[in-house]
Amino acid sequence: MDFSLNDIQSMLLDSVQKFIANDYDFDRRQSYSDSEQGFSSDVWSTFAELGWTAIPFDEEDGGIGGGPVDMAIVMEQFGRGMIVEPYLANIVLAGGVLRRTATDEQKAQWLEPLIGGELQAALAFVEPQSGYDIADVSTTASRDGDDWVLNGSKSVVFNGGNAELLIVPARTSGERTEPNGISLFGVDASSDGVRVRAYKTVDGHQAADIEFIDVRVPADRLLGDADAGFDVLDAVIDDATLAVCAEAVGIMRILTEKTVEYSKNRVQFGVPIGSFQALQHRMVDMFTACEQTYSLLVWASMTASAGGDEAKRAVSAIKYQVGTAGRKVGEEAVQLHGGMGVTWELDVAHYFKRLTAITQILGNADSHLDRLAAD
Amino acid sequence: MDVTLTADDVAFRDEIRAFFRDEYPDDIREKQDRGIPLDRDDMVRFQQLLHKKGWAGVNWPVEYGGTGWNIVQKYLFASEMAAANAPEVVPFGLGMVGPVIYTFGNDEQKERFLPDILASRVWWCQGYSEPGSGSDLASLKTRADLDGDHWVVNGTKTWTTLGQYADWIFCLVRTSTDVARRQEGISFLLVDMKTPGLSVKPIITIEGGHEVNEIHFENVRVPVENLVGEEGKGWTYGKVLLEHERTGTAGVHRSAFRLKKLREQTRQSVRGARPLASDRNFMRKIAAVEVELKALEFTELRTLAAVSSGKAPGAESSILKFKGTEIQQAIDTLFMEAAGYYALPFVPHQFRFDYPEDEFIGEGAETKTALKYFNYRKASIYGGSNEIQRNIVAKHVLGL
Repeated sequence: MDFSLNDIQSMLLDSVQKFIANDYDFDRRQSYSDSEQGFSSDVWSTFAELGWTAIPFDEEDGGIGGGPVDMAIVMEQFGRGMIVEPYLANIVLAGGVLRRTATDEQKAQWLEPLIGGELQAALAFVEPQSGYDIADVSTTASRDGDDWVLNGSKSVVFNGGNAELLIVPARTSGERTEPNGISLFGVDASSDGVRVRAYKTVDGHQAADIEFIDVRVPADRLLGDADAGFDVLDAVIDDATLAVCAEAVGIMRILTEKTVEYSKNRVQFGVPIGSFQALQHRMVDMFTACEQTYSLLVWASMTASAGGDEAKRAVSAIKYQVGTAGRKVGEEAVQLHGGMGVTWELDVAHYFKRLTAITQILGNADSHLDRLAAD
Repeated sequence: MDVTLTADDVAFRDEIRAFFRDEYPDDIREKQDRGIPLDRDDMVRFQQLLHKKGWAGVNWPVEYGGTGWNIVQKYLFASEMAAANAPEVVPFGLGMVGPVIYTFGNDEQKERFLPDILASRVWWCQGYSEPGSGSDLASLKTRADLDGDHWVVNGTKTWTTLGQYADWIFCLVRTSTDVARRQEGISFLLVDMKTPGLSVKPIITIEGGHEVNEIHFENVRVPVENLVGEEGKGWTYGKVLLEHERTGTAGVHRSAFRLKKLREQTRQSVRGARPLASDRNFMRKIAAVEVELKALEFTELRTLAAVSSGKAPGAESSILKFKGTEIQQAIDTLFMEAAGYYALPFVPHQFRFDYPEDEFIGEGAETKTALKYFNYRKASIYGGSNEIQRNIVAKHVLGL
């Protein structure tokens, strides 16, 4: 048993922590979030320069060959720093599909600039009717000569308003909710027939609803084999789920720290409110929730490195934990901050909103508990 | 014990129901149903309509223009109003300062203020909390110093809901510091918002809305005749008002209406997917909240029955406040869960009449669910936080 970080992981942790401490305070985060594109291009370039956009990719593709543990380290700190740059959308989701499926030519076209921070991408894996079932794909792709023709709607596509490359799961055979028959396409967002309605999201990030109306996609834009996209999608969504759970751990921890600190300073009835036993126990429960969730993160990220069924169970376990204990930590942090906790001015409110958004995406607590309950 | 309605009760209920069917303005109804925010004029118009029917002062004594309704009638009125998805009456005038004035005010004050409150001609707001005194209200620092025939007010009030619309503010202010207990030396003062030295600063809340404000007083001169009741007794008056506020915050009818809507929503197949009603996990959560709500409905009825037999609402009203708000928050959570990914888009601007249909994101008010969930975290904080309510029950009911 060894829970310590190796040298490379320690350096990674150190570099993310330093960046956030020196270059990413709450006010800057808010100004990036408020800007038209919803994040800072300069910050994104910095991520590329520091090698963070290369973490999960093979060395031969220009990556650094990092694994789930490395990703968890970065994402936890991104949670603490409330980073709005589209790391999940570009690197974990779109990048996750590309690194598993792209041919050498596709890598040169998309993966290289993605790692270099020069291409914005998104994976459009949600549909209006799909809920949390990623096999529920009604967008269709039919063959017409050398092209595929795409029709359908995708919902709440993270980074969808900025993405130049849209990776689109579409049905090439089978029934609407069948895993078999889903294919993945790399679609140029500027193609004719792509209609993007972009918006901010409640957590200060950005997303889009996207319609595809007779969009012609050349055959060489198919990623992986036709009809066989589901397994790729499934693996990528598990990676992404683990990544947002790591982010959630970072948020839960900083919310707990900020709440404890506030309770030591906020005086009511002549004493700090942290001296009230009823509140002390609640903060102990918040702290315990952080520890328990972090423990699941350690388990899940180590298991994910090994792969297999156990890895899937671990992802569902931690997502369930974040959906329940995480939500509780967020609500308690706001409650214990009193009226200030529900103001736009206070960072606590924004941490809470991001944590809540995480509980709403990539399967909620119920859906993951269902997955665990099924034998 | 009898919970069946008499023929008179049924007739009364039908009269209320007919009003909301026939006389309740269509534009306000549509705004409410589509989640379009009401403006000041909508709220005033609705309340003036109630006033025209003689239904504005639901809890007011008949001699001041109140309805004189018994508790069954009040219950039916609240229930029908929620079932019509009508807006809630803004409580600061009719529910708060009005009762304080007719209970503790002098005849001149009653004549001067009550008719305008009843007719919603004057908009009131509340000046209780201060930046440093939230749950510990008695630590308030806003002072009023006597200067001839005026009180000179200095200090800051905060969390003043809809203060941006208000004509008048009622405040708790410290008129004496030479007191044995902090609760003494506090007075209940009525201040015209147009008085020089008074300024309103918006506070933007977590979901991005402007509902609450900070009110600054810099040498604001208030005529002595605007002090209600006895100087230094404001705490007692304020407490009475808070207890009334707490019975109002249970919101059982509104919650029942929302649960009904939520059940309807689960039966609809959202955009071709499996209806949520077939998700046992989710339906069990609705059922659990319904049980809690039914219990609270009868707890509230028992409290109201005690009040109508002459008892003060008392410390038990604290239970109504914290259970009621926790149920509201549980319902907000369920609506957000039902919206799934569509809880995420931050598009409050699309809730208006002229918004183009093909630009609209999400079905119905899905994109409002997270915003409502965030905003309503306030409910367990305002009106005396739920922690304070539990302290009150511990101390005054259980004698701990």
